[in-house]
Amino acid sequence: MSTQTVWSQLVGQEPAIETLSAATTRSEAMTHAWLFTGPPGSGRSVAARTFAAALQCSEGSGCGQCSGCTTALAGTHADVHPVVPEGLSISVAEMRSLVQTAARRPTTGRWQIVIISDADRLTEGASNALLKAIEEPPARTVFLLCAPSDHPEDVSVTIRSRCRLVALRTPPPSAIARVLVERDGVDTGDAEWAASVCGGHVGRARRLATDPAARERRAEVLRIPTNTRRLTDAFDCADVLIRAAEADADEESKARDDSEKEELRTAMGADGTGKGTAAAKRSADAAVKQLEKRQKMRATRTQRDTLDLALVDLAGFYRDVLVVAAGHGERELTLNHPDHAEHIRDAARRWEPEAALRRLEAVLACRDAIRWNVKPRIAVESMAAALVG
Amino acid sequence: MSEPANAARPVQLVLGDEALLVERAISAALDAARRADPSTELTRIPASELTVGTLTELVSPTLFSEGRVVVLDSAQDVSNEAAEAIGNYVPDPVPGVVLVVVHSGGGRSKAAKELPATLRHAGAAVTECAKLTKPAEREAFVRAEVRGAGGAIDAGAVTALVESVGTDLRELAAAAGQLVADSGGHIDEQAVRRYHTGRADVTGFVVAEKAVAGDGTAALSALRWALHIGVAHVLVADALADAVRTVARVASAGRGNPNTMASQLGMPPWKVRKAQGQARGWTREGLTTALEIVAELNAEVKGAAADGEYALERATRRIAALRES
Repeated sequence: MSTQTVWSQLVGQEPAIETLSAATTRSEAMTHAWLFTGPPGSGRSVAARTFAAALQCSEGSGCGQCSGCTTALAGTHADVHPVVPEGLSISVAEMRSLVQTAARRPTTGRWQIVIISDADRLTEGASNALLKAIEEPPARTVFLLCAPSDHPEDVSVTIRSRCRLVALRTPPPSAIARVLVERDGVDTGDAEWAASVCGGHVGRARRLATDPAARERRAEVLRIPTNTRRLTDAFDCADVLIRAAEADADEESKARDDSEKEELRTAMGADGTGKGTAAAKRSADAAVKQLEKRQKMRATRTQRDTLDLALVDLAGFYRDVLVVAAGHGERELTLNHPDHAEHIRDAARRWEPEAALRRLEAVLACRDAIRWNVKPRIAVESMAAALVG
Repeated sequence: MSEPANAARPVQLVLGDEALLVERAISAALDAARRADPSTELTRIPASELTVGTLTELVSPTLFSEGRVVVLDSAQDVSNEAAEAIGNYVPDPVPGVVLVVVHSGGGRSKAAKELPATLRHAGAAVTECAKLTKPAEREAFVRAEVRGAGGAIDAGAVTALVESVGTDLRELAAAAGQLVADSGGHIDEQAVRRYHTGRADVTGFVVAEKAVAGDGTAALSALRWALHIGVAHVLVADALADAVRTVARVASAGRGNPNTMASQLGMPPWKVRKAQGQARGWTREGLTTALEIVAELNAEVKGAAADGEYALERATRRIAALRES
């Protein structure tokens, strides 16, 4: 952990830091609800957590040393309530219980803080349940909402208008590389490479810099545009994408599902013997069934997230091709995938810009389709067929 | 129906879960026993409630040695001890008592699963009552039904009857019996059509098959029937998507032996063979567009379109038209 203030966690977000730290020191700059927006990976939930730490800091505005700061950052502070949706949406029931928690006075800290990451995943009913609480919360309660900025409209307007907006920007590669070196101990060369190919996504940069499997998967995805020449290749590519997503979900469920189930059964007293254990066993079984449902939702979410990551990489490739095709010779161009510049130039020579644009649109249409619940295999195969040629 | 040879045997195993056939086997056993002794009593007990004690009680000889038929229902749920007791009873049955064990073929415990094999070994008479899954089996069933009722039916009429009544054996049996009574013995297609109209059983696969074959009219009429009998939109859309991707997959893989291609493509050989036939008349561009259509349709039936039925019709027509052109 760093020895500086909590704000050093936020990479390349100086304007936002200024606003937030002012709010922690001057009471007139503070307000009861904040909405953090920014492109994926810019650190919305990190910003929210950091802000929470600074608010709970017992030394002033985020020293990073006191128990208020450390527990809030670690997610164990008693007055910080994070809501992290593992499924595809946040339900009304979840929000209603949260509203009750938010109505209490802080127990140890200065504020009662509720953090909702992915506020775009609030269902309509859930955001309605929040409205009243968010408009006039108790004096010492703060709501921190996070939503991706490429569609802030996903947060209903009634919620949006009740919050103060903090816009995060895409952090510059140099800032990302610096933080990878300083915080994660990655060596400079790897850090610079990862920062240049991550598209401004700090978490992704770290993953690419530290996890060889992630690097391999990215390379595999970026081989797709050059490898799909015939229709049969399209099916192989689709297979690669789908299988990677399924493997990711599988891996996660293997790591967590069984131990979670076992823990729940133990907590509910399912394996007791003797008189009177039948009722405990019954209720444990019911609880396990519910847990299984949640685990299934989580698997779907993981599968889609992995797939989406791959699609974004793929879209980045076609975007690069378009940029190169439209670029004016000598000027230095910022590419999404500078390490694949050779293939990109090659593709830009072979395809008309229209063809590249059509492919880019196919990838984006596939992302949309998956958001519409289209079976991933059907959506991806249709996209891959459009990439052929 | 003619009397099954098994009906009078002292221990009978009725294996399978086709309710109609199971009931028939039981009543055949009862009838046979009653012919021998009209005062025969019928006792039915769910096997899950059976204990060694009750079994002994049920099969022990009575004072006046009246005949008795004991039916153990759902023997797949039998307890270990009871299963063992049944196994011990079979080789040496009590005279005048007919034990009918009704078993679905499944079962949770080891003893319950092995019960049918044990009974077979011990010499029990076995009546197979598995569900009829193949169309040919169903047609044979209809023919046998008609013959049993004392009539005759021609091939066209069998197809028409199965098509319009569906797969439920009770309904088929009832319809066959009624038709024999109404038509005075000989049933032809016209007779079937007089009493039965419509299609009882259209799945999304029928629609998809017609659509990729380029037969737009037939595909649309199959689609109307499917929607009419309440097949979910999503199922039809999935069937269409599957048909298109299978054709695209097989067509793009080129010609070859279906058996070797099957393992490469991860599909059963019959599917490859069928798709090779369907692939004729499809171009690469056509297939790409068709893949796009089915992906779009998948979103549409899941809420993207205002009217899922219209979306299905439109997609079906477009896919069929792509093949025709």
